[in-house]
Amino acid sequence: MSVHPTSPHFKANAHKAMGDAQLQKALGNLRQGFPARRAAAMAQLPEFDALRDSARDIKNHTLAHLDLYLEAYVAKVEEAGGHVHFCRDAAEANRTVIELCKKLGAKTVTKGKSMISEEMGLNDALSAAGVTPVETDLGEYIIQLRGEMPSHIIGPAIHLNKDQIEGDFRRVHTHLAKDRDLSQPVDLLTEARGVLRDKFLAADVGITGANFLIAETGTSIIVTNEGNGDLTQTLPKAHIVLASLEKLVPTLEDASQLLRVLARSATGQDMSVYTTLSTGPRRPGDVDGPGEYHVVLLDNGRSSMVGTEFEDMLRCIRCGACMNHCPVYHAVGGHAYGWVYPGPMGSVLTPNLIGVDKAGHLPNASTFCGRCESVCPVRIPLPKLMRHWREREFERHLAPATQRGGMAAWAFFAKRPTLYRLATRLGMKALALAARGRGKFAKLPLAKGWTDYRDMPAPQGETFQQQWKKARGSSRMS
Amino acid sequence: MTSAPPKPVVGLFATCLVDLMRPSIGFAAAKLIEESGCEVVVPPQTCCGQPAFNGGDRATARELALQVIDAFSGCDYIVAPSGSCGGMMARHYPELFAGEPVLARRAQAFADKTYELMSFLVDVRGVTRVGARHVGRVTYHDSCSGLRELGVQSQPRQLLQSMEGLELVEMADSDTCCGFGGAFAVKYGEISDSIVSKKAENISASGAPMLLAGDLGCLMNMAGKLSRQGKSIEVRHVAEVLAGMTGDPPICAPDKTGAQP
Repeated sequence: MSVHPTSPHFKANAHKAMGDAQLQKALGNLRQGFPARRAAAMAQLPEFDALRDSARDIKNHTLAHLDLYLEAYVAKVEEAGGHVHFCRDAAEANRTVIELCKKLGAKTVTKGKSMISEEMGLNDALSAAGVTPVETDLGEYIIQLRGEMPSHIIGPAIHLNKDQIEGDFRRVHTHLAKDRDLSQPVDLLTEARGVLRDKFLAADVGITGANFLIAETGTSIIVTNEGNGDLTQTLPKAHIVLASLEKLVPTLEDASQLLRVLARSATGQDMSVYTTLSTGPRRPGDVDGPGEYHVVLLDNGRSSMVGTEFEDMLRCIRCGACMNHCPVYHAVGGHAYGWVYPGPMGSVLTPNLIGVDKAGHLPNASTFCGRCESVCPVRIPLPKLMRHWREREFERHLAPATQRGGMAAWAFFAKRPTLYRLATRLGMKALALAARGRGKFAKLPLAKGWTDYRDMPAPQGETFQQQWKKARGSSRMS
Repeated sequence: MTSAPPKPVVGLFATCLVDLMRPSIGFAAAKLIEESGCEVVVPPQTCCGQPAFNGGDRATARELALQVIDAFSGCDYIVAPSGSCGGMMARHYPELFAGEPVLARRAQAFADKTYELMSFLVDVRGVTRVGARHVGRVTYHDSCSGLRELGVQSQPRQLLQSMEGLELVEMADSDTCCGFGGAFAVKYGEISDSIVSKKAENISASGAPMLLAGDLGCLMNMAGKLSRQGKSIEVRHVAEVLAGMTGDPPICAPDKTGAQP
């Protein structure tokens, strides 16, 4: 793992994010935009829920026979003239990519959008090895200029506004006229296209991610809306695909099923603008295509999730619907999560990849509202998986002592109904008296996290069980 | 003439929040259940175990689940005026005993007869209207667990709209979380506040002078925020209005005897 996580400082990150007016505005747009677009796409496809079942089943089937399909996939890639490099962790994957670049004498590489690349910290590794990486997805290009991580898995620069991007372009594109007009979003797009066109032509190696790997044909598939992936993988001498094990599906038919739920869940589009299939390097007689085709297949802890309670997470197709619908993501944005994957999917995956000791806040910072699970195209029970992390933390005594103490005291009474009734009867009476008829408390010593922001209602006085007994006599069972 | 069939016995699981903070909701729930033709009993109870379950303490959750299952063993139905506790009992209890066939069967049998109050009245008892009156506009917040775990959405609306004089005004995003989340509201108070602030905006923008919901946790959170903002919107559990039992001051409001503000 090359990217240094700030997940242990989630609360401080979140505090900063909530005080950032510009970020909050961007998050407001996301909160209104994405769910509405997904809902509109759903409304046009009554069989969407059945497609979700089918998508879940395809992924479960593949995971249950992962060894079989991996073997078949590798055989097909090699048959088409490509190479597959199995890499246990990020360091090994970075070494593999760098060695390939060195062998090809590469000075610059162009890159399509890849979350695996972010997970590997590939850009830093390449730069350190003297190879210049150039991101070609517009959002990734922008955050590369800023030295930032993506704040969203499908919209890496979704936290930024036009003015910030204009500032970055003026800072970096110093070869262009100072007085040029960049007042419209389309001006920024045109400028980026012009700058990137030269990079595409100059690149020695093109690196892309993969949305799916197809076992029956050895094909990798990427979906994009900008077409940058096609230029990235077609023009240079070699195409390197970065993918993690769980991108595998058995057949092209399976991939088309998953494509039907992917874009609709992500952006509300029926299909992304480009769906690009690559099978091996250029064949004799092909008009274009790379001379070499390599797949760097990253494990990075995923194979050890198979067969555990976290296996469900390996179904994820990275659509981003969970974060688009998450009230916590809407409040704090993606960077607060402190590593590569934000939102509910990140709250489950990140502890698997960097350790729950570092990422423990993430599965705890959830209201368990369940909206993520209700929109997930492959039906990952995200709240349940976050709860599993809380169980692991509890077993390993990772929660703060005060919290554990409070929980233990509460459990002691809750398990002893008679004692509980006595204690709560006295406690509620005392609290009601302390409220002196105001109906609320503006401050409570043990609930600062609550009363710093809102009033705490005062109890009515006598408990329900006490009043019921008075009114109806002791409870009678028939 | 043969005698009427015996009324089903409903064990009212008040929930710990209602038991401790706002017993009037328990009485309103009991009234609605009785009016639907059932007998109500209140077995000794503490908590359904959800705080332990969501806090990662499965052993305590399991112990409390068994305590509840035992206490309510003689009931035909178990009903809670909460989708959150209802979801815990009806959806998660069986999970707690996975791999223990005898207990899992008991938990499943218990879960199968457990309902959230609104869904019990409409889906099980076939109630289509309530007799109480309420003059004025109200807005309704869908609490997450009831909505997504138990499908509580149309039932409370149907009953509210059956009331003479009541006008239901929908707020924007009524089905997004209010930011309560149990311990979350205290552990991540600042994030919880950001979420409930958006909810409070939507409540205020609806123009309704009264906010209703089916879960006291969410109600305390929203009432607490509205109160801190100085808003005079009345906040109550939906059962209080449906039962015509709005004599007690709303959540966070002072006594009628009126101690100083």
